[in-house]
Amino acid sequence: MSRPSRLHIPHPSARPGEAPDFSYLRLAAAGAVARPDPSARLDAMTPSAMDLATQLVRVLDDEHRAVGPWNPHLEPAELQVGLRHMLLTRLFDERMQKTQRQGRISFYVKCTGEEAVSVAAAMALEPHDMLFPGYRNQGLQMVRGQPLVALMNQLLSNTGDMCKGRQLPVMYHGSDARLFSISGNLATQFPQAVGWAMAAAIKGEDHIAASWIGEGSSAAADFHHALLFASTYRAPCVLNVVNNQWAISTFQGFAAGESPSFAARGPGYGLPGVRVDGNDFLAVYAATRWAAERARKGHGATLIELVTYRVAAHSTSDDPSRYRPRDEAEQWPLGCPIERLRQHLCMLGEWDDTRHAALTVELEQQVNAAWKIACTFGTMTEGPKLDPALMFEDVYETLPPHLARQRETLRAELAGTTVAAVAGHNEHTGQAGQAGQAGHQGKGV
Amino acid sequence: MPQMNMVQAIHSAMDVMLERDRSVVLLGEDIGYFGGVFRATEGLQRKYGEHRVLDTPIAEGGIIAAAIGMGVNGLRPVTEIQFVDYIYPAYDQIVSELARLRYRSAGDFTAPVTIRTPCGGGIRGGQTHSQSPEAIFAHVCGLKVVMPSNPYDAKGLLIAAIEDNDPVVFLEPKRLYNGPFDGQPDKPAVPWTAHAKGEVPEGYYRLPIGECAIARAGSELTIVTYGTMVHVAEGAAQAAGIDAEIIDVRTISPLDTATIIASVKKTGRCVVVHEATRFGGFGGELAATIQEECFWHLEAPIMRVGGWDTPYPHAFEWEYFPGQTRVANALKRVMGEAA
Repeated sequence: MSRPSRLHIPHPSARPGEAPDFSYLRLAAAGAVARPDPSARLDAMTPSAMDLATQLVRVLDDEHRAVGPWNPHLEPAELQVGLRHMLLTRLFDERMQKTQRQGRISFYVKCTGEEAVSVAAAMALEPHDMLFPGYRNQGLQMVRGQPLVALMNQLLSNTGDMCKGRQLPVMYHGSDARLFSISGNLATQFPQAVGWAMAAAIKGEDHIAASWIGEGSSAAADFHHALLFASTYRAPCVLNVVNNQWAISTFQGFAAGESPSFAARGPGYGLPGVRVDGNDFLAVYAATRWAAERARKGHGATLIELVTYRVAAHSTSDDPSRYRPRDEAEQWPLGCPIERLRQHLCMLGEWDDTRHAALTVELEQQVNAAWKIACTFGTMTEGPKLDPALMFEDVYETLPPHLARQRETLRAELAGTTVAAVAGHNEHTGQAGQAGQAGHQGKGV
Repeated sequence: MPQMNMVQAIHSAMDVMLERDRSVVLLGEDIGYFGGVFRATEGLQRKYGEHRVLDTPIAEGGIIAAAIGMGVNGLRPVTEIQFVDYIYPAYDQIVSELARLRYRSAGDFTAPVTIRTPCGGGIRGGQTHSQSPEAIFAHVCGLKVVMPSNPYDAKGLLIAAIEDNDPVVFLEPKRLYNGPFDGQPDKPAVPWTAHAKGEVPEGYYRLPIGECAIARAGSELTIVTYGTMVHVAEGAAQAAGIDAEIIDVRTISPLDTATIIASVKKTGRCVVVHEATRFGGFGGELAATIQEECFWHLEAPIMRVGGWDTPYPHAFEWEYFPGQTRVANALKRVMGEAA
């Protein structure tokens, strides 16, 4: 080992104790990136398309004005709805984090600072479009109208839980709301969304699919499966990589390699990539709308990178002060998505501090009221409990005999029934038999 | 002798091997700078450098495939899969490549890869942080499969796994990391300092892969088990007032059948216990082997106790987990006390 190794190890720009440094981020001025016509086919490898994938689509400028070709020209009322959803998402997160710390729920994942990524995208899509979320997309649940009580019941694994107690908190789903079941395994939903979109195309429907993964998850093979199938079949879907800079302790450079853009993964597969300011509500909305329109016109999928920052810990099991500077979030150059939209509305004369304070109080009360109701369905420590026998249902469409027998054994176990009650009933074979008499040949024969 | 919990013992094994053998490298998600989500590699990157303790992208298939390549090129990679529940994207590389490389190349190519991975439930982890999939590795020819039940064994067996020239899947029951959990979540946690197997030498030692341990000598009945269930079985036998001999399998593959057979021939009764789902579980292999070898010594049918044949449910963790009640019921039945 006399020769030094040439193995390259990527390093984040700052570790704990060092000054945050986001100079690695390629930024662009609001309005600087051209917007191709979504109704025309787009060659993903042309210089202008590569610009889309490597520059940064932004609408809100430093003076909080909406500028440039990507300005979606939304009505103030729509912007106010967006602000409401984002604020609700944040207040919900804060309250649920608190309940986890109080031991009321076992686990939680916040999306602080990433609210626009989900809220703006969901508002830009149609209600019949199918969404395949990751576990940090609670804004999708809000926009799609999932009742707060329903979300809380899932977090509590209580008698109102849509998952019947089977999933870790935050792994919601909503079949009516067209929100796919969230998996704890990473990136699995990405190629599934493509398959859903392929089916929509096969059936000749107008619906499209959209999915979200973190930039860290783009390392998984499923990310590449998604891009290839989407490209090959021109599947009508919107594929989103939420680049929040950190995958637990691992900074984005481990998934990016030497590439400065996740959106640029798209062109290699023949898919247009769009790199977007993920904390700019208007830019996220516009890019999603553009990609959805392409998909609906038969031009296939788009890969969108949403550049944002994970302000909170990865989860309630994580302590980010061990691997990144404590004040990194404060130095994040793209600001807070809620604050930026608020300022924009204020600049338009459509919002003010009084209204903002009133909305905050209203939403806090909404969250608190929902929590009280959710608790009546039971918590980990109090109130009604789900019947444990439910665990045997939905393994298959119909309960197979061996699971029916195991369910009976569990019931006896929980009833504190002594072994006599299940004696002679072998839960494996279902046959009566007295165990102690079976060895009739005796020892040592 | 120093006291270590299971994470510290596992950490110590890797520390010792990084020190002794320049070809040992560690790779996995969050294991370098951060030291691993369970802290098993804490400080090792700082001590041995970034070229020997590597953070990786989130790509289990990539981790195992890269480890195979490194192993072929003379390194001795120790990989961490953050939770065994995340190992499936790597299954093709493990089953089709790692396990069979020696065989298909007639020994010309080998990759001495160790795959460390936390397994098992009892931490409120739901279906994606609780699984015990040892059977699907035991079924693969060419893999060795190890699951320790205490810090002393964990260190000695992990060193043996790293030194082994065959691939080893090293399953770490995460509920045991901090103490010998006996299946009773409501009781105060017992630390490893209160357990004889929490005494762990600082330096190098190895325990043979392929040998069971007798965790408790007894005369009335043999419990064959491993991992967390060793401690649950001890509690259950005590609760049931049965003088059980408890075999800690330790190495699931290759299996030390001699120790198991000798014990069952002695006691004439056997209960096989594991946390994994029972149907198609490793308990079937154990029960079949015991039946073949000990049939004429058996006083009762061999019983199997395991998790129910469902995914691991978040809300019903303790109803799912094969706790002392379920184990004790089986022990009593095999003793013929159920009449």
